[in-house]
Amino acid sequence: MISLLFILLASLFFSGIIIRTKSLASGRKGPGIMQPVKDILRLFRKGSVMSRTTSLVFQVAPSIYLASVIMAILVVPVGSLPGVFSFRGDFVFFAYALALGKFFCIIAALDTGSSFEGMGASREALFSMLAEPAFFILMGSLALLTGHTSFQDMFAALHFGSYVSYMLGVLATLVLILIAMIENSRMPVDDPKTHLELTMVHEVMILDNSGFDLGLILSAGHLKFAMYGALIANFFTGNLSVPLTLAVFLGTQVFCAVAIGLTESFMARYRMNHNPQFIFTLSSVALLIFFGVLVILGRI
Amino acid sequence: MSNFARSISISWINFRPMEMITAYFVLVVVSVALIPFTGARGKGIVALCSILAASVMSSVPAVIALTGTPVQYLFEGSQVTGVIPVRFDALSGWFILIINLTFITGTLYGMHYLKAYASRRQDLSLHWAATILAHTGLLGICVVQNSLIFLMFWELMAITTFLMVIFESEKPETLKAGINYLIQSHISVLLLMLGFIWVAARTGSFRFSAIRIFAEQEPRIENFVLFLCFFAGFGIKAGLVPFHTWLPHAHPAAPSHVSGMMSGVIIKIGIFGILKMLLLIRPDFITTGLLILTFGVVSGVYGVMLAIVQHNIKKLLAYHSIENIGIIAIGIGMGCLGLGSRHPGIAALGFAGALLHTLNHALFKSLLFYGAGNIYQHTHTLDMERMGGLGRTIPRTSLLFLIAALAICGLPPFNGFVSEFLIYNGMFSGLGASGFQDIWALIFAIFGLALIGGMALFCFTKAYGIMFLGTPRANLGGHPGNEGRNGLIPMYVLTALILAIGMLPGVFVPLTHKAVNLFLQQADLSVRKDLFPMETLRMAGAGALVLTGLAGLIFWIRSRCTSGKVVTGEPTWGCGYAAESSKAQYTASSFARSFRKLAGPLLSIDRKKADISGVFPGESTHATHPGDKTEIWLIDLPLRRFHAFIARFSFLQNGSLQGYILYGLLFITLVLTVPVIAEKLMSWIDFLKGL
Repeated sequence: MISLLFILLASLFFSGIIIRTKSLASGRKGPGIMQPVKDILRLFRKGSVMSRTTSLVFQVAPSIYLASVIMAILVVPVGSLPGVFSFRGDFVFFAYALALGKFFCIIAALDTGSSFEGMGASREALFSMLAEPAFFILMGSLALLTGHTSFQDMFAALHFGSYVSYMLGVLATLVLILIAMIENSRMPVDDPKTHLELTMVHEVMILDNSGFDLGLILSAGHLKFAMYGALIANFFTGNLSVPLTLAVFLGTQVFCAVAIGLTESFMARYRMNHNPQFIFTLSSVALLIFFGVLVILGRI
Repeated sequence: MSNFARSISISWINFRPMEMITAYFVLVVVSVALIPFTGARGKGIVALCSILAASVMSSVPAVIALTGTPVQYLFEGSQVTGVIPVRFDALSGWFILIINLTFITGTLYGMHYLKAYASRRQDLSLHWAATILAHTGLLGICVVQNSLIFLMFWELMAITTFLMVIFESEKPETLKAGINYLIQSHISVLLLMLGFIWVAARTGSFRFSAIRIFAEQEPRIENFVLFLCFFAGFGIKAGLVPFHTWLPHAHPAAPSHVSGMMSGVIIKIGIFGILKMLLLIRPDFITTGLLILTFGVVSGVYGVMLAIVQHNIKKLLAYHSIENIGIIAIGIGMGCLGLGSRHPGIAALGFAGALLHTLNHALFKSLLFYGAGNIYQHTHTLDMERMGGLGRTIPRTSLLFLIAALAICGLPPFNGFVSEFLIYNGMFSGLGASGFQDIWALIFAIFGLALIGGMALFCFTKAYGIMFLGTPRANLGGHPGNEGRNGLIPMYVLTALILAIGMLPGVFVPLTHKAVNLFLQQADLSVRKDLFPMETLRMAGAGALVLTGLAGLIFWIRSRCTSGKVVTGEPTWGCGYAAESSKAQYTASSFARSFRKLAGPLLSIDRKKADISGVFPGESTHATHPGDKTEIWLIDLPLRRFHAFIARFSFLQNGSLQGYILYGLLFITLVLTVPVIAEKLMSWIDFLKGL
């Protein structure tokens, strides 16, 4: 339960830090760190505009999307603190719960009958499809390395003994960060600040959402950031005490947020048809980790 | 439960098996004979009653077998067949229950579906009679332990399903698909026959126990070859790639309830055969496991890849059947690897996952096909590109189709997740377990299954979104709300089961345990609780419930908070362009375009495109017709070569009767003289040796 609170806490400022970093990098002062949360609270109080083409699917989708993200968070541990649900193969549940939310997001976009939103839906479906194997191979490598098959046990048993394993830690972090970028629709796969519908991925899918629903979608996005941040932090916490875990956890979250902000400040989005290749690279890196684990265990 | 089962088993023993079987056949013969003499509606009712009665008769011993005690009878048979054992064990019990469930719901749906064809009484008679006989054939396949009788039931099933497929035989493509199916299922029969004859030649018996004896006597390599023979034979029926080419033709051609039943159980009987042969032959489990796993991953990935580019809804669903057979095969392969490397826990997860997925796929795939049937009756087309906005006109079908689509993608809280979760758990446990060989195979399968999951999501967001959401892309007519209440009843039943298995896996998964025990031999899952992670399953089930609850809670909060707010209806955002047009919507091909480009080299897509050009541009068009590369390379090309080869002898076909009589005479002479010549030759050789 405490892990859930940690992640909720981190989600409050994660996006704020990204925006602030980007502002500072471009020489502006930028809004306060809590501004995204304030935006969401404002959206919750607003009325909304619904497209006349839409049906019930469009109305339930944001709720299911947020529920799926919260469900995924309930599975994620923080350091030695287990998630609310922890069982063998819980990361499979994690991935599939998120996929449920994604499914509804995509069909809600198709529900509007807009060509832009269909385009975004198709892209999002493709990108998340390609990212799925990387996550599972990464988890498979961890299972092979530690001999456990749940988030909590794997992270607890993870310790870096040799140089090879340090390198694997770095690679695993890289893979997770990139998966987080894809799943959260950030650079270099998607640009949340783009102004042209044709070049958007996630933003274009939610063009027709407004008011409370948009608030739900945005808060799910913030939660997702903190969730992936927590997963990354778990690589470094091991079996530390709770206060130390909190420090490492918050430190990693801030570091990730700043890193994302800096990446987005100094980098452009890939061309849309290069994205699949980029995501394939991710699977290869995950396979590399797998080979590394085989080397460490002397089974190759 | 066990008390209940015992009381049934006692009352069952009071029946004499011989009389029971006689009663069964009398029932089948009488109902088949009755069908031609009843009205269009009556035929369906007779078929339903007959199938219901047959289901009750077969379910009782099946349930007894599933609770632990196999039921077996020996029938004397004739001199040709030898003794005919009829045996209900846990494995056949499991499949019998799936068959009965699917046939009952299928018949119920079929009665509704065929209302539109009430004027074609002869076709209906044939159809319903074939349905009853197909059910009998399937049940026979599950219980008979004598290869001759088994092949007879197999043939019965193959021919009756062919008759069911070609219901609309006036359409040339339906007939073509049906004949394609008939030929391929006979290749399957041929392979099975080869295997059985081999066994009979070595052991002199047609009983299945002879296969066991064969396996113990013969060296490993012969065992494996025998298994391969059966695997290919059953693989054709199951639709494993590359034996799948009949399936995407037959499913769209058949009426929807037949497609549902075929996808639900008739292809599963191939899986049953493979499992049965694994039990009987017990080949080298590592090699077999790797083989089945590879076939599973290839079928899964290939099936769903082709499904994404299909725009005919039933063809799309047919390719998804191939994908799901692949997932089942991955489970079986995992199970074999677990057995081979002496990890009974992993084997249990693999087999339990495969068996449960067999049931799950029967549930959601038949629901999807019935949904497709409702769509077809409403729109009179199967082309997704012309649909759109059906959620408004047929809302109940839309909801049921959505649930089935979520279930087939393996998403919680639906049943598909539970079986995929078991298989995943087996694979990751294999990685985690010490001393598990073939890590490569595991990571390959994990990669495959993850990719399958992602692609299934892509495919069903496309299918559901394009057909049911947005606005209609063509004027297809159809009265809103005309969904046929009776047709929805079996669909609700299936949906209830889908939800129940998804949310209460702790109740349903143990039902497979007796069947899994057959594979584990020494280990009994009801004793060795440590082998099977029931606690994990309960947690996953709880997670699914919490997920549902959370979604409901958030939606309730949303409704409360937005109840007083102003909600205005506006056109969809189109960059300020307010005259929305349904033609501007994304279509199925545009949704799949990015995937098509990516997977292009592996697919064979015939694309016709006319761009807008010139000062006075003509009409612009774009159409894609996905083909199947395996079919082109493995079926079409060899056939064409064969035709070319045969054509060289076409001069023999000269059309004159005298010529043919001459051929006949020549043939007879040849047949008669060959032994004589051979004898002469032999004596010459002897003579030469004597020198």
